[in-house]
Amino acid sequence: MAIKDNRLEPQEYSRNFSDIHPPFESREAALVDANRCLYCYDAPCTKSCPTGIDIPKFIKQITTDNIKGSAHTIFRSNIMGGGCSRVCPVEKLCEGACVYNLLEEEPIPIARLQRYSTEPAIRQRWQLFQRAGPTGKKVAVVGAGPSGLSCAHVLARAGVEVHIFEKEEKGGGLMTYGIAAYKITPEFCEEELEYILSIGGIELRYGQELGRNLTLAGLQQEYDAVYLAFGVGLARRLDIPGEQIPGVVDAIKFIYDIRSRGYPEVPVGDKVAVIGMGMTAIDAATQARRLGAGEVTIVYRRTRDEMPCTQAELDIALLDGCRILWLAAPQRVLGDAEGVTGLVCSVMRLGEPDTSGRRSPVDTGETITLDVDMVIKAAGQTPYADLVTGCGIGDNKGRITVGEGGSTGLAYVFAGGDCVNGGKEVVDAVQAGKETASAILQLINS
Amino acid sequence: MADLTTDFLGIKSPNPFWLASAPPTDKKINVLRAFEAGWGGVVWKTLGSQVKNVSSRYSAVDYHNSRVMGLNNIELISDRPLEMNLREIEECVRLFPDRAMIVSLMADNDRASWHDLIHKVEDTGAHGLELNFGCPHGMTERGMGAAVGQDPEIARMVVEWVMEAATIPVITKLTPNVHSVVPTGRASVEAGSNALSLINTIQSVTGVDLDTFIPNPNVAGMSTFGGYCGPAVKPIALKMLTTIAQDPVTSRVPVSGIGGVSTWKDAAEFMLLGATSVQVCTAVMKHGFRIIGDLCEGLSNWMDEKGFTCITDFIGRSVPTLTHWEDLDMNYHIVARIDPDKCIHCGLCYIACEDASHQSIRLDPGHPYNTYTIKEEECVGCNLCKLVCPVDGCITMVEQRHGAEYLNWKEYQRRGLPLNDH
Repeated sequence: MAIKDNRLEPQEYSRNFSDIHPPFESREAALVDANRCLYCYDAPCTKSCPTGIDIPKFIKQITTDNIKGSAHTIFRSNIMGGGCSRVCPVEKLCEGACVYNLLEEEPIPIARLQRYSTEPAIRQRWQLFQRAGPTGKKVAVVGAGPSGLSCAHVLARAGVEVHIFEKEEKGGGLMTYGIAAYKITPEFCEEELEYILSIGGIELRYGQELGRNLTLAGLQQEYDAVYLAFGVGLARRLDIPGEQIPGVVDAIKFIYDIRSRGYPEVPVGDKVAVIGMGMTAIDAATQARRLGAGEVTIVYRRTRDEMPCTQAELDIALLDGCRILWLAAPQRVLGDAEGVTGLVCSVMRLGEPDTSGRRSPVDTGETITLDVDMVIKAAGQTPYADLVTGCGIGDNKGRITVGEGGSTGLAYVFAGGDCVNGGKEVVDAVQAGKETASAILQLINS
Repeated sequence: MADLTTDFLGIKSPNPFWLASAPPTDKKINVLRAFEAGWGGVVWKTLGSQVKNVSSRYSAVDYHNSRVMGLNNIELISDRPLEMNLREIEECVRLFPDRAMIVSLMADNDRASWHDLIHKVEDTGAHGLELNFGCPHGMTERGMGAAVGQDPEIARMVVEWVMEAATIPVITKLTPNVHSVVPTGRASVEAGSNALSLINTIQSVTGVDLDTFIPNPNVAGMSTFGGYCGPAVKPIALKMLTTIAQDPVTSRVPVSGIGGVSTWKDAAEFMLLGATSVQVCTAVMKHGFRIIGDLCEGLSNWMDEKGFTCITDFIGRSVPTLTHWEDLDMNYHIVARIDPDKCIHCGLCYIACEDASHQSIRLDPGHPYNTYTIKEEECVGCNLCKLVCPVDGCITMVEQRHGAEYLNWKEYQRRGLPLNDH
């Protein structure tokens, strides 16, 4: 047993990481589904979209061959509507609310139709928005993830000059670095970023990290307002013996490597345990399999009823041949300086509901040992607590505390996205950026 | 199994489904295929003066995902040699003697031409003649087709010529491109026509190409008005059919119903409003002759369900139920009711009522599903909500009479009863 890279042939990598939700093959194919849409009033799908995209309208526009109008309808609510059409857990959002579900019929494939309209817009750089004349105002955005880009785009549209400070070498944040490659390719992320920036008035500065070569005080001094959208950090520590053994890796780092280094370069074990059952855990487990791991076991301390990922996500993992070990909590990692040799898990049972309303797991005292050579930690992410505390902008378990419109305790400093909510969907981050931009405009233009 | 056999002025056919005079009936190869498939009869594509057709000839209107909701054509009458047509008609009659063979005619506008054509056609053994007084394009420019059907006196004159020569039943086909089909229908019947058929196609422009700006169908950069048919024209045809079925003169003769018949349900509706046989074209242009299977089976099953043993049991049955507006009962009142168990919360009833009717639906906001209920005191019983609801049986109209007695508008006015105050 060993952790190694280059397990597969090039064509196997390419097949394993190809688009899991391929686009419509033709206009006719898109029209079949677009024409099924009932054009609901006060539509449940729209109300279930965190960015409130007018879904019946953009679908209607597909049926009239007004694809530019359709793309505009999507982007005016969600400038990352292209990326969201690939990564949103639509089964619990728009498509989950589609009234066809109530007829026991397949819901409208909203995400696929959204991709149909947004893809040509991004590819062909349709300029669907006109910038207002310059206001002379300048805003700094920290973090070029979905929230920062969304905020920047709204501000740029309103004639504000925006500088985005990004610590990585690429923009897009978790969209670029933190999501399974078979859902969204790095190339698409770059195109989407370029498209967002093509409106003009947004300057993206890479390698700029708050607390390292950038200070909040400096930004406050130089800009009319600051929007903090630096997201969350690494995977939560397990705090169990053996966590330091080589071969215990962080899911965020693992996915980051897949996204940034190329598939053959990322080492993976023969037998892999993934701890957690959120979207990130699923993305790590499926991609471990797709990199060539022989066996992947997802370890979760509760049951299917409490799992944070959607059934659709779980199905991807099951179809990829991942094994699920329900009611098992990691107790210690076995191994030595050479690497991992096993994972001991406590066998749990469900007890009383906890504060989240979910029944909490209780240790039965029994254990089970998994024969693994790699452990991927994906049990939630840790906020940048030191950074947040250091900036003096509240400490809600390491998250930034905000008030109305994303305002923090500091004048002209706003925050939104994962660094406030602790880590939610891309679409939630986009909405936070959009809402905060409105609040910022109100403040700096008054 | 109900009996579908049809007797139209002594012309027998195993079912009431005839193919209308059109491209599917313009030569032996098609007609034999139609008879093999089970069609009850054909009206052979119009014979008459020599013409030649252009390319292209058709254009259509699509609706949502459905192609050819309406079809438009600028094709003229048969452009094949007359002798060839006559020879093939004779062969078809010989090979399928149990099927109705009607031949559509449009001779030049003089007595001799009509007589000559009728004699030649009768020699084939055909069972009936249909006079094409309805073709709305091309032929009208030569004083034929709809040019005849649009003027009752010309129609009367031509029918009289025809009746001088014809020894087999004559059906006059009416054009819908008039304010009413009744005057020409009456003139034809008074001149001796044994039967009527309607409707021919409706003059139309189906659309304009938004890239070239040229209307369709495009013939070398130009277009011309065509004749519209298919499912889109059915309601218009049914209305015109009813006026013929209700007129004291035209109702004396049998009618062959035409205009968007695509299914057995359409056929049953035409027959309930007075058609003895129905003629089909567009549905076959789109799907081929194979649709005859369901036409016959569906009609037969429906007849069994309703207890009809033969088609004469229901032909014309719905005619008396179409009356004048001022004879409708004003005491009849219905209100909508939404079944909460069937409602899928699409809100289509609400927005239709709110923006286009009487603001009679209450919206109780929910996330993500709103609840919709009827404000019965506001509801005027217009049916709109029920029509737009995508779920069958979700919205029903419940009777809540204003009064027990029948009360029409004339009586309402005579009594000076109150009008709306809002």
